[in-house]
Amino acid sequence: MTFLRSGLAAPGLALWLAAASAVSAETLTISNWDGYMAPDAVATFTAQTGIPAEMVVHATNEEIMGKLIASGGAGYDVVFVSSPFAEILNKLGLIETLDHAKLPNLANLYPEATKLAHDPGNTFSVPYAWGTTGLCYRSDLMAEPTSWNDLLKPAKELVGKTTMLATDRWLLAAGFLANGMSVNETDDTKLNTVRDALIAAKGTLLAYDDTTFYAKLVSGEATMVQAWDGWCNYGITDNAAIRYVIPKEGSDLWVDTMVIMKASENKDAAYAFVNYILDAKTHGWAAANILYKVPNKAAMDSLDPGLLATYPNMAITPAQLLGYEQLRDVGEAQRAYSRVVTEIKAAQ
Amino acid sequence: MHSKASTTLMAPALAWLTALMVVPCALILVLGFFRRGIYGGIEYTFTLENLALVFDPLYFGILVTSARIAGTVALIACVLGYAAAFAIATMPRRRQPVLLFLAVLPFWSNYLIRTYAWMVLLNREGLITQLARWAGYQGEMPSLLYSEGAVILGLVYSYLPFVILACYSPLSRLNPEIAEASHDLGASRLTTFRRVTLPLTLPGIAVGAVFVFVLSIGNFVTPALLGGGQFQMIGNVVYAQFLTANDWPFGAALSMVLIVIMMGLLLLQTMAAERGGRSHA
Repeated sequence: MTFLRSGLAAPGLALWLAAASAVSAETLTISNWDGYMAPDAVATFTAQTGIPAEMVVHATNEEIMGKLIASGGAGYDVVFVSSPFAEILNKLGLIETLDHAKLPNLANLYPEATKLAHDPGNTFSVPYAWGTTGLCYRSDLMAEPTSWNDLLKPAKELVGKTTMLATDRWLLAAGFLANGMSVNETDDTKLNTVRDALIAAKGTLLAYDDTTFYAKLVSGEATMVQAWDGWCNYGITDNAAIRYVIPKEGSDLWVDTMVIMKASENKDAAYAFVNYILDAKTHGWAAANILYKVPNKAAMDSLDPGLLATYPNMAITPAQLLGYEQLRDVGEAQRAYSRVVTEIKAAQ
Repeated sequence: MHSKASTTLMAPALAWLTALMVVPCALILVLGFFRRGIYGGIEYTFTLENLALVFDPLYFGILVTSARIAGTVALIACVLGYAAAFAIATMPRRRQPVLLFLAVLPFWSNYLIRTYAWMVLLNREGLITQLARWAGYQGEMPSLLYSEGAVILGLVYSYLPFVILACYSPLSRLNPEIAEASHDLGASRLTTFRRVTLPLTLPGIAVGAVFVFVLSIGNFVTPALLGGGQFQMIGNVVYAQFLTANDWPFGAALSMVLIVIMMGLLLLQTMAAERGGRSHA
């Protein structure tokens, strides 16, 4: 797991210099987050199909979006992005309408994975991983939290021992959910309410942290952190007293997807790659090693039951996931989100 | 003939600076006057919106806070750096190179690693806490990390060697007979320092201060790591515009204002140095 830790910490440092290198048109170019699939996935694909392929990494959705918009999508064949960004790429006409006949392994997906709000019927995106955002905490140091307000208005002994995610959508989601609002809220008055709540909460935080929050739980620097379920699992690996809970107000549903670029000159190879990822074995590797739920029934069914016992959030059912509101593209309101988050972070 | 040779010799450096400094700065200047598309990207219509937004209370406030933090860092670094440079300059000549070498030694390791080292030292379960516990301290330790103080500490630590080097050079060139003359004329050591040594070495302090200020105000790594994301400096806002908000025009407008401030300071410092140089000539 060491490669994964360091790989996943890197985006936090935002070393965006890992740009795509120039490759010949015949080579399939895949862009993914570092450490988000098997290190030998691309090599195995090439060995099986004879198609030369190369993986490049992006640290954040925004980074790859900047590149794709600037180049009109040229230079990439398959890209891994979170669903709101897949929506944007689709609106901009940069991604392929999927031909399901070329993706027989789509049959491995849970029925729920074909009904996602951002793309019912998987017309332009194929889900790769999905999950929730909740509270990750030290059960040996505190009672189980039940509400997002346990994080926003922490008990006295937890002041200075909590962290929240720094990325705008999730930071705001905690505030939206605590106030019973949609995680895609765009109304200015409601945004201001949430801003004030999050500014008040800021005084009680240890830090905003997107990359090392689980390590802070392990070291004891923090007692409770806002976390993605999969990343809480990395904490659980090091300390079994760490638990994950979805507050009673619920969670967002986040979905990371695979898309094929319209500008791709290797579309058949791109389809072959997406289909290869959807293979129960390849996709199952990701679930077993990255500890994220994958929307692939065949892959999840192949997991060791012991894994689900150690990491209970791996057993969250697709039906439960679909009960949460999915993060969607908020269009022009994204600018208001950026501003509100700047206001929160600049507040003294 | 002479000027022709110097032009030839300067050509590679000038070409380098033009291609990698002047042209990118010009691009940023131009970019700041365009509109941003809904999904990032740039719409090529002229606007002054981005520049106006820089002076919005929110962003201007962050700029002022950054200037305050960078100013504090420059002040502390100058006091500590000048004292260190003064001490080195009064050492026997043969020892001075070793001491200067030690002062710049931290530069041999990566900036990020040095910043992470502070996180290891300062965090609540870090080395300082463990030392305090070992020494018998029982109570709850305050979190030294993720505060403005930690950001200032990290920046001072990182840029101190610049000040030491900048102050050392005028201090080491100072003719000791000038101070002796001052003593002979009845000035105390303090008066000699205040009225003779300090004014003569002021250009070195100015160079160090401007360097530290300029490097600190644009820094975004230290506030992000040692400030725990809770302290936005203008560098973090610029970074966010380019890499998360995908609002390149506004990021460019912010950078432009920052570049103007930095160039203004460097210009002032150069002018002051020239005036100082002439009056002592």
